[in-house]
Parts: sequence; C-alpha cells; structure tokens
Amino acid sequence: MVETSIGQPVKRREDLRFITGQGQYTDDINLRGQTYAYFVRSPYAHADVGHVDTSEAEKAPGVVAVLTGKQVKEEGIGGLPCGWMIHSKDGSEMKQPFHPLMAADKVNYAGEPIALVVAESFAEAKNAAELVIVDFHERDAVVDLASAQSANSIYEEVPGNTCYEWELGEKEATEQALAGAAHVTRYTLTNNRLIPNAMEPRAAIADYNPGTQDLTLYTTSQNPHLARLILTAFVQLAPEHKLRIIAPDVGGGFGSKIFVYSEETALAWASMKLGIPIKWTAERSESFLADAHGRDHLTEASLGIDEDGNFVALQVKTTANMGAYLSTFASSVPTYLYGTLLAGQYKTPNIYVEVDSVFTNTAPVDAYRGAGRPEATYVVERIVELAARELGMDPTELRRKNMIREFPYQTPVALEYDIGDYEASLDKALQLSDYDGFSARRQSSEANGKLRGIGFSCYIEACGLAPSQVAGALGAGVGLWESGEVRVNPTGSVTVLTGTHSHGQGHETTFAQLVASRLGISVDDVEVVHGDTSKLDFGLGTYGSRSLSVGGSALAKASDKIVAKGKRIAAHMLDSDVESIDFEDGSFTVRESNQTRTFQEVAFAAYVPHDYPHDELEPGLSEKAFYDPANFTFPAGTHICEVEIDPETGVVEIARFTAVDDFGNIINPMIVEGQVHGGIAQGIGQAMLEGCVYDHTGQLQTGSYMDYCMPRADDLPFFSVDVTCTPCTHNPVGAKGCGEAGAIGSPPAVINAITDAVGVRDISMPATPEKVWRAIQESSHV
Amino acid sequence: MYDFNYHKPDSIEEAARLFGHAEDGIYLAGGHTLLPSMKQRLAAPSDVIDLGGIEGLSGIEDTGAAIRIGALTLHDDVATSVVVEAAIPALRDLAGGIGDAQVRNRGTLGGSVANSDPAADYPAAVLGLGAELTTDQRTIAADDFFQGMFETALHEGEILTGVSFPKPDAATYVKFPNPASRYATVGVFIARFGAEVRVAITGAAPSVFRCTDMEEALERHFSADAISDVRIDPDEMNSDLHASAEYRAHLCIVMAKRAIELF
Repeated sequence: MVETSIGQPVKRREDLRFITGQGQYTDDINLRGQTYAYFVRSPYAHADVGHVDTSEAEKAPGVVAVLTGKQVKEEGIGGLPCGWMIHSKDGSEMKQPFHPLMAADKVNYAGEPIALVVAESFAEAKNAAELVIVDFHERDAVVDLASAQSANSIYEEVPGNTCYEWELGEKEATEQALAGAAHVTRYTLTNNRLIPNAMEPRAAIADYNPGTQDLTLYTTSQNPHLARLILTAFVQLAPEHKLRIIAPDVGGGFGSKIFVYSEETALAWASMKLGIPIKWTAERSESFLADAHGRDHLTEASLGIDEDGNFVALQVKTTANMGAYLSTFASSVPTYLYGTLLAGQYKTPNIYVEVDSVFTNTAPVDAYRGAGRPEATYVVERIVELAARELGMDPTELRRKNMIREFPYQTPVALEYDIGDYEASLDKALQLSDYDGFSARRQSSEANGKLRGIGFSCYIEACGLAPSQVAGALGAGVGLWESGEVRVNPTGSVTVLTGTHSHGQGHETTFAQLVASRLGISVDDVEVVHGDTSKLDFGLGTYGSRSLSVGGSALAKASDKIVAKGKRIAAHMLDSDVESIDFEDGSFTVRESNQTRTFQEVAFAAYVPHDYPHDELEPGLSEKAFYDPANFTFPAGTHICEVEIDPETGVVEIARFTAVDDFGNIINPMIVEGQVHGGIAQGIGQAMLEGCVYDHTGQLQTGSYMDYCMPRADDLPFFSVDVTCTPCTHNPVGAKGCGEAGAIGSPPAVINAITDAVGVRDISMPATPEKVWRAIQESSHV
Repeated sequence: MYDFNYHKPDSIEEAARLFGHAEDGIYLAGGHTLLPSMKQRLAAPSDVIDLGGIEGLSGIEDTGAAIRIGALTLHDDVATSVVVEAAIPALRDLAGGIGDAQVRNRGTLGGSVANSDPAADYPAAVLGLGAELTTDQRTIAADDFFQGMFETALHEGEILTGVSFPKPDAATYVKFPNPASRYATVGVFIARFGAEVRVAITGAAPSVFRCTDMEEALERHFSADAISDVRIDPDEMNSDLHASAEYRAHLCIVMAKRAIELF
C-alpha cells in the first residue's frame, strides 16, 4: 500500500482528463433548447440611468427576450448580500449599499450590468446588445482611494463613502509603547490592486423547468452550497430544495469564484422568468471588468523597538478599497483576515490597527489568494526589514530575536497560535538559499555591473476557516465547518463526498489518499465527488486554505466511523467481541490470532447481511461526519528572494527563490509543492508585474493581457522549496493548509530584495523596470 | 465579430478586383492583428480577402545582393531559414523573437510590415536594412514606406507582395519587450554596409524611425561609447502605462549600445 499512503507523491488522477481535453467545464455543457445571454454593461463608472430602450434589440434576429435592471427592480428581486457584518469603532453597523442584479437607476462602476439579452445564439445576443439604447447622465467618478473619503458621496446613505471604520487591539497601550520606544520605524505603503485571472472565465447555465419548478444552475463556483443558500435565503429566487447548483470542473478561482455575482444571479432569474435554459460565458474582457478584484490598500505603519532590538509596539492605519458594492465576503478581508495577522511571527506585545473601508466607482474588491493575509504580511515583513536596515542589524537576526517560541501563543490581535517552529523554517531556508554565500555572489554581480540584493519574509497565515463560533462572534453570516461522507460500496470500493470544491487543487487525489490510507485500501478504489448540491450534504466550499484541514478532517472522522462499524461487523463474522478486533492495513483481525476478515469481506457482509448482527446494527456501510474546527490553523514559513538587477534598464531577474513552509502534516508532497509554486508565481506577479489601473474617470486601463501583465514561466526562476513540520494540534489530520502560502509569503521577500539591491527604502508594487530604473537614478548607484 | 464576406482568391489580380468591389474590404494575411481587432469589434470590414490562396506570395530566396522574402512568409519560416541565417542572422533573430511559437506560425512578414504597428519588430529590420518593398503595382524604398502610426505608403487596395533585404556586412537587433504584451517597448536594429551605418528604432515612437544622430556618430567611430552623447528627444517618444517617454528615450540609447556590443 506504499504507493497510496499518506506522504507519497501520487500523481494527480484528475490530470488525465484535464490534459486530454476530457474535462467538463460549464461551457462544455449544452442543454436541449439552450439559449445564450449577453450583458449590456455600463461604459461609465458613475452615471444615472434614464430610459432604457430595448425595442430595437427585441426585434433583432434570434432574440428571445431583453430583460433590464429596471424590471428586476420592479419585481423586487435581490439585492446581493455581503456575508460578513463588520461594526465600526462606534458600534455602528457597516454601510451596505443595495447591490442589484442589474443596475436600474444608477451605475456605479464601468462594466456594471444594466440589461440582459437572451438569444438563440451567442453572436445574436451580442449583436442585439449593441441595439439597447441607454440614456446615461454621467456623474463625477470617485476613483482615487486616498481621497475617496473627502470626495462626493456615491451613495446618499454612505457619507464620506465610508463603509466602516474598524479597529482591533489596544490603542492607548500601543501609542504609549510607541512613544517610549528607543527607535520607531515608519512606513507608508500601497498594496496594489490585482485582477484575479482564473484560466476559465466565469460561466453559468441556468435551467428552470416550469413543469417541476426546479431550477438548476451550472456555475463556476468554489462553493456551490453557499451560492444556493444566498440565492434562496437572500435573493429569494427559489426554495432551497428546488434549487440545485452544480459546479463541475472549474478552471481556477483564487477566490474570485467564491462570490455570488450579479451575472449568474440575473441569469437564474431570467431562466425562471422565461422558462428556458440560458447559458452565459464571460468573455475575457468581462472578467477584467467585473470579476471581483483583490488587495488595494493604502497603509501607514509604525514599529516601535526597544534598545535591545525587541519589538514593543506596532500601529497600523489602513484604507481599504471595497469598490462600488460589497461583494460576498469583501468586508471581512481587510479586517478579520488582515488585522488579526499583524503580529506575524513575532511577540510584539502591543498592536493596534484601524481600517477604514471605502467605496469607489470601481469593480467590487474581495478575497483573492491569501485575502488580507498577504496585505498583513506585506506590512509586517517590509517594516521589519526596514527596521533592521535602520538599526544596522542583520534582518534575519532581528526577526530571530523577536520570534515567538512558546505555544500556544495569544497575540494582541485576537488569534491564538497553537503551534509552530519559526526558527526551524528560517534556518532551513538560510541553508537552502546559501545565505553564507550571498556576499560572494553580490561581489560577482557587481563585477559584472549588476546590482544584487537579498530579501526575507517570515510569514504566518491563519487558515482552516474557521471555528464557527468564533466566526459568528466576529460577524460571519455562516458557520465554517465542513461535511464529509464515506460511502463504502458492496465490493469494498469507496465513494467519498466532500463539501469542499476542487478547481485545480487536486482534491480528487489528496482526499482519495487520505481515505484510502485510513481504510487500508488502494487509492484506485476511492472516487471523490464534489460540486453538486443534490449529491452532497451541505458544505462550505474551498477558500482560505481550508479544504484539507477542515474538509479532510470531516473525511477522517467519517472514515473512522466506517472502521468502527466495520469492527462490529467483523466481530460478529469472527465470532469475537468488538474490543478484540484490530484494524490494520485493510484487515480486521482478532487480536493475537490469525482470524481475519478483509475490508472488502466486511463491506460485502454489510450489504448482503445474511449472517449479520441485525439486533444491534443496521445494514450498509456509509458514514457522514461534520467537522467544526477548534481553532484556525497557522501555516508559517520563510521565503528568501535573491535578485540581480540590470542598472541600465531596471530589469530585475530573480536569481534565487527559496521557500520553506510548515504546513503541518502533508498528504501529497507533489501537490503541495505545486501549490507553493503557483502561489509564489502569483506573489511575484503582484510584486513585479501585475497592477490594476483605472484612470481618473474610472475607466479600466488594464483591461486585457496587452496591458495587465500576468507572470509567465520565463519570468520565474527555479524555485527551491522545502518544508518543516509541526503538526496542527487540533485537527485529526494534523494539516494546516498550503494553498495561499506562496502568494502571502513572497511579495515582501521580492521587494525587500529589490530595495536591498538598489539601496532605497521602498519601491511600490509592481516594481516594474521603469520604477526600479528611476529608483536607481535617484539613489547613489549609477 | 460582425458578419462579413470571406473571399479566398487564387491570384493577386482577383484579390485586387475583389477589394475594388468591396464596400469596406481588407486583406487577410496571418490575421494576428486583424482577427483580434474584429473579435473585439474594433474592426468591422464588409469583406475579408484572404491572400493565403495565392501562390508565390511566400518563400525565401537569395538573390545575390539581397534576401527576398515573400509577404506571406511566416515568422517561423524566417526564424528557421538557413538562407536567412547565413546572410542576415539578425533578421533570423528578430523573427525568432516575435510573440510565441503559435504567433510565429501564423503571423506573416507582410502582415506585420503593412500594418506598421509602432511596436512591431519587422519594421525595424525593413528600415534598418534599407529594404525594398514590392507591391502589385510598384517598388517602394523602406525610407519612404513607413509614414506614421499604422500608416504606410501603400495605396488603398495595394498589395504588398514581398520585401527584399539587402545583405549587410553585419547587423544586430536588440529589443526591450513590454513585460505584458512582449511587443517591443524599444527595439533597435543596426546594420553596417561598408562605411554606412543604418539605425532603425521601433516601439519608441509613433512609427519606426531612423536615428541619424546615431548613424553619424557610428560612422565616425563604431563603438558603444560613440553614441553616449546622442540625445533622444522624449517629446517624440510614446508614453504609456508601461514606459514613459523619458524611459523610452533612455532605452533607445541602452538598446542601441547593446546592439553595437553584439557586433
């Protein structure tokens, strides 16, 4: 059973269908009588919507119907809710402007849907959409984040465009500690806005059957049950039991497919209204305009340090951009997924953070790989590096001096870290990166007319979202447990059902390994099912690096229940008592005997119960479990980036990138390494390449790959990746999660390295060649 | 993409006739600019006249003093041509650095040159080598061909049939790619013909241009140092999200020096 057991790099079983074109993505599905939708979108970032004339569009060839935001409003459908209530410092609730399925009277970002054309072909729908005439009265757009709170209000009910003014930590104690600190490092930063760019654009098919009154929505969702709950309970489209959401193969999400969007919801409404199936597949330019964007913070931070180099206080003030509406989890990202992480790996005793979240006339902003934690890590790991430079200390030594070493550790910002060994990751990363050889490499670069720099990042993240009670107390609208089911078939093969969703993560392999190893069967005998609300119990989906630590824990519990029942069946079959039965390597054995029954024999007996303990057991062998985590998990590690810069052009080459992560127990190291690689690629993308730009009128300037720079393979070095392990103390798998770490840890390591090479305090992300060249011009180098 | 009439003529005369009869016709070569523009509905021709069915428009030939390349020759064919490699390796390198493998196997020399995209690579070689461009009507010198952003000397309906690149003593091409699109932010082509030096710069300005200051400096003394004092006027440079005019002006010098160092 070696090939399937935990810790083995089993090849991803889903890849056969993906790489041979046999995947079934939403757009691959075609229903009989299917029609096609195209959205009419606002060309303006901020405008009143007057008359919407659909008469010409309705007469166009192939058009079935043209539905408008005004009709949605008349029918009282919506709006879309935000699932996390944040309270301001003064106790007031966050401001939540009405988020319509399609705009009726006013548009608030360029690209906002106004109307929906349904036609017999995609081309006809798109052609007719051009014939919809909308009477716009343009208003001044609020675009600049820094001045948004003093600009004109986008919504009457939201003065100063301020959604909330949130705080966490002890203000007075932090200010006092800063005032008394021997040294204070100050840093003002921008965390650049990103556009997610999943490989598969959003797509949906809404299929309402007027005969059965069932609504089926095929959609690119990371969490189909949550989508169903929102469409039922908040949008009130259809009763929950009449609504089925299917998220088939999904080509990447990175958070952007967590959310319940206008388009898919409007499509479902339209299908119910028209009684026909309707398909919508976003064009890439629509993805740029209307997928929820990520990050977008302005921050001022101060780190106080005593004369011995101990951190005494950290104060942070952040303005976070929400865009035009509150997307599904937008409010939680710059608060409980950000402020709570500001302790980092350090025992800073006083931390105080304030976050003002503000509305602008831009696309909504929500969780994107890392969600709040990259922003927090960027603040902490940049300011710590700056402090080391100001104090003339080795940046690794300043970090080491302040690292938390005793666990559990209660931070001043709400979290309790259960376990970790931060020095172990740091030491391993230093060794792997050959830190000792850096000065020789720098000399060699200088001899070639190049600048060389090294940068560190010792990150921590809170994953495994989340203990429901804690989440509820902090404002979450849902619990964050997970469900799992293990169905043993009569021949002993197993069907595993999980409420998490795989959209590239390889769950079909990892979860099969997890269950196979617990049941002592081959991984080939396990099938993993996900992504269909009619097949599974309720589940919360995949985000926040939660699938293995929460969903996997539910499956571990369900597997253990299978073994427990199997022991009772085996005891009967072997004429023994259950306490005497051992289960190992797929066999039930009477202890200290050669009396044994295989897992397959026991499964068969459960379904063909001719000789069976009917008085004490039901037939069958199928178990469910719900797992609610006791705490967050805390993956942590050290990233080290080494760059070489061409001073004449400002071009940065990443010469080395080392990542040593502690993800707790690992089921499939190959999949974990792949997750780390992808995360680092996105982190390097944020640090050097990607940046969403709107002009002052709210027009998206980076609306295609000609201008939005995605990382390519040749932008990236060979990654040097390794792990350390302190198993999570509170879940049965001992896993912490690995999906976001790369994107969290890497950006500050890159910028620390670039600024080290150039000899400047800061270069804002993305550190493009021109920015780096200008920094070099302004520093002492050339 | 809007509906359009598609034609695939088998002769240049037929192609020109179809163009003359079309309400708003356009020739299709590799389609790497035209088709994306049509898909985005930025171009809406009534008639697309595909030149791909016409024999004799592609191919590479050594004519002695020059390399003649048919307008419909794929970038990849130029990049892998032993004839080009032997005579003008810089042209091979330039073609091999356009886009990616998929682009190079659809995109054509003629399509790129006739489009005169300010960030395209080929115009730098055409101008830098002082090529002759042949059409169905006449021969045009490179110095007269490029007239501005997306503007050339081609008349309405005139078909570019090939480009004849004189063989230099030596030539090099160095570009600074736009990180997102990988088009040339600045691309510098330098060629030596005896004592004559030609320097053509693409990407930097609204159209490819010859940098006569560099040419004169290099004719006096062919070294990277010789152009250190050449001033490129930022006012004549393009400026966009990725590179300001000032940065482009700076890159013109840096890329030119690197091109010289490759000699």
